[in-house]
Amino acid sequence: MITPAVIGLLVFFVYPLLASLWYSFTSYNLMSPPQWIGLRNYTYLFTQDPKVGKAALNTLWFVVFMVPIRIVSALAVAGLLVRVRRARGSWRSVFYLPALVPPVASVVAFVFLFNPGTGPVNRVLHLFGVDGPLWFNDPALAKPSLVLLSVWVMGDIMIIFLASLLDVPRELYEASSLDGANGAQQVVHVTLPHLVPVLLFAGVTGVIAALQYFTEAAVASGVASGKATIGAGASAAIGYPDDSLLTYAQWIYVRGFGNFQFGYASALAMVLFVVASVLVVFMMRRVGAYTPSEAS
Amino acid sequence: MNFRRVRSSLLLTVSAGAALALAGCSTGSADSAPVASAAPTDLSGTVSLWHFFSDREAGVIQTAVDEFEKANPDVTVDIHSGQDDAKLQQVISSGGDVDVAVSFSSDIVGNFCSTGAFVDLEPYITRDKVDLEQFPEVVRTYTEYDGTRCTLPLLADVPALYMNSAALAAAGITAPPTTLDQLEADALKMTEYNPDGSIKTLGFNPLMGFYENTPMNFGPTVEAQWLDADGQAAVADSTWPEVMKWQKAFVDTIGYDKLQTFTAGLGQEFSDSNAFQTGQVAMQIDGEWRTAFLADQAPDLQYTTAAFPVGMGHDDLYGSGTISGNVVGIGKGSKNPELAWALMKYLTTDTDSVVGLANGLKNVPTTLPALTSPDLVVSPQFQTFIDIAKDPKTTTRPSSPLGSGYGQPLTDFWTKWQGTDGSGLQDGLDAAAQQMNDSLALVAAP
Repeated sequence: MITPAVIGLLVFFVYPLLASLWYSFTSYNLMSPPQWIGLRNYTYLFTQDPKVGKAALNTLWFVVFMVPIRIVSALAVAGLLVRVRRARGSWRSVFYLPALVPPVASVVAFVFLFNPGTGPVNRVLHLFGVDGPLWFNDPALAKPSLVLLSVWVMGDIMIIFLASLLDVPRELYEASSLDGANGAQQVVHVTLPHLVPVLLFAGVTGVIAALQYFTEAAVASGVASGKATIGAGASAAIGYPDDSLLTYAQWIYVRGFGNFQFGYASALAMVLFVVASVLVVFMMRRVGAYTPSEAS
Repeated sequence: MNFRRVRSSLLLTVSAGAALALAGCSTGSADSAPVASAAPTDLSGTVSLWHFFSDREAGVIQTAVDEFEKANPDVTVDIHSGQDDAKLQQVISSGGDVDVAVSFSSDIVGNFCSTGAFVDLEPYITRDKVDLEQFPEVVRTYTEYDGTRCTLPLLADVPALYMNSAALAAAGITAPPTTLDQLEADALKMTEYNPDGSIKTLGFNPLMGFYENTPMNFGPTVEAQWLDADGQAAVADSTWPEVMKWQKAFVDTIGYDKLQTFTAGLGQEFSDSNAFQTGQVAMQIDGEWRTAFLADQAPDLQYTTAAFPVGMGHDDLYGSGTISGNVVGIGKGSKNPELAWALMKYLTTDTDSVVGLANGLKNVPTTLPALTSPDLVVSPQFQTFIDIAKDPKTTTRPSSPLGSGYGQPLTDFWTKWQGTDGSGLQDGLDAAAQQMNDSLALVAAP
């Protein structure tokens, strides 16, 4: 009965994982048989690759800033929507709808909105006497600009938080109120413990998504650089501006499909897998310590 | 739970996984069978053609294929349009049905020739006595790698200088600049500023990374080299500093921040809001394909073209440039290599076909008969690109198994360096050369 599941696990997880592990010790270009080169890919990765450090730091930045900001924003909006009395459905739709926009379309729209020369954001800022920044064209602001985008499309997490908030038993608030708890204490001692599984889900999936962050950064780079094309393969604009949007996943893609180095790309992927695994295990253990059953 | 059944299931699935793993280690079909001693007299069957074109351009390819099918009524060409190099690589490596493949860039030649992704064409060329002299020498160079010819050229891309005629007239400029210093002087004359000091229109945008401002296009102005005879990076010991210092000084004259702000507000390169088409930039380096965009999207814009200016002391280079282009190959494991070769030979060497494709795609033909064909539609602006393609000093960037990737360290350094105080040029070039050599060494391992 479990055979289909085991087959799926083997074909779609174990086999690719083991194959990548094997390829990471080889020189492999897809066309010729892989040739064993020992640790050379890893030596190059840790000592010679000119961009892997930058790509890793950029990715870490998204993990550290984008994931928490997105979760807090979604939680805050969900908290507000719980209290809405009128047009409740409409408000929920308004905040959820951006999540339905395809990622590429949302990035293109955002880059045009924040275009320093022609975008409406800087025009509005100009009306107030403010010289708008370069946004996606400024290495210092490109990543924060993408965080703004991620907040705009946080409807997917927000709707889960909303469901979880609505699921908190009312009597718990009433009981805590009778015990003298104020609003903040109710949030800390009633709401948050109830939300722990959902927060863990949002955190783990958010961290994994941030570690694999690709589409939004690649499209933003292409559009902001003025070199958005279709059908030209690995874009020369990846990472624009000044590699500030070069993420680890994009670097794997460039080395694999742009430079035909699948052995090296596999080594990069294995390092990402290890880092993601460690992070997720760490998060689950830390959060597990705060679950109600563990705490009690 | 029946543990014996579970164990059997696990055994079965592990076996299946192992089989899959072993299958995954294969790299497509074996090499093609030996080439027949004589070309088949009658062609029949189905041959697949994979190319990257889409929309209107795919229609131009279809027209050429229709002519081939008309000449060979028993042959059917199965066209797969909109396929980029990454897709080609995946399909060929997995033994997919790729008979003839068109890549948009000669950058893949080093990899596809050295790995055997495209079969060696020499046996077919020798057997059918195909005259390779019909291709300009530089075109022959970028379609082979390390003595292996696995591709033939299918039209070329050549950059040149586009000039807005009205802007030239307004600035009193009557002849195109022939040196980089003249280009800068003319550009500054044509540059206008807003009352707040920001740029209104630019004569020429010198920022590295803007549209077609690339090391590959700027390097030939001073005969800069990418690799030495041993295949090692030559960027630290070549003439790159000459053109880089000129470009950096030009950027500083206008102001890096001003240029960044202005450039950020310009439209997409491949759209009707291209800055040259909108008049925001009066001169720019661009490929011959821009003539088609201009005819389609800005038909009222009056413009001229000229060879891109050259560096001081390199006057003899004026009129030349850089060239690269689409290449065609036969996929490893093609099940119809003779049909594939016939289609490929038709597309790349038949003068009528090459001229028809060049007229339709507005790219530079890659055979000498096509370059001089009376049927080739050549506007005065397009003639510039024909002349550059025929110039014996026109060069190309050498190919490598890394694709275009080996040149990226220079591009990265230049793009960053232009915004600095200008120090550290030689150190940066040394580092870029080291990074290029490290990458080349890794791909050459073991």
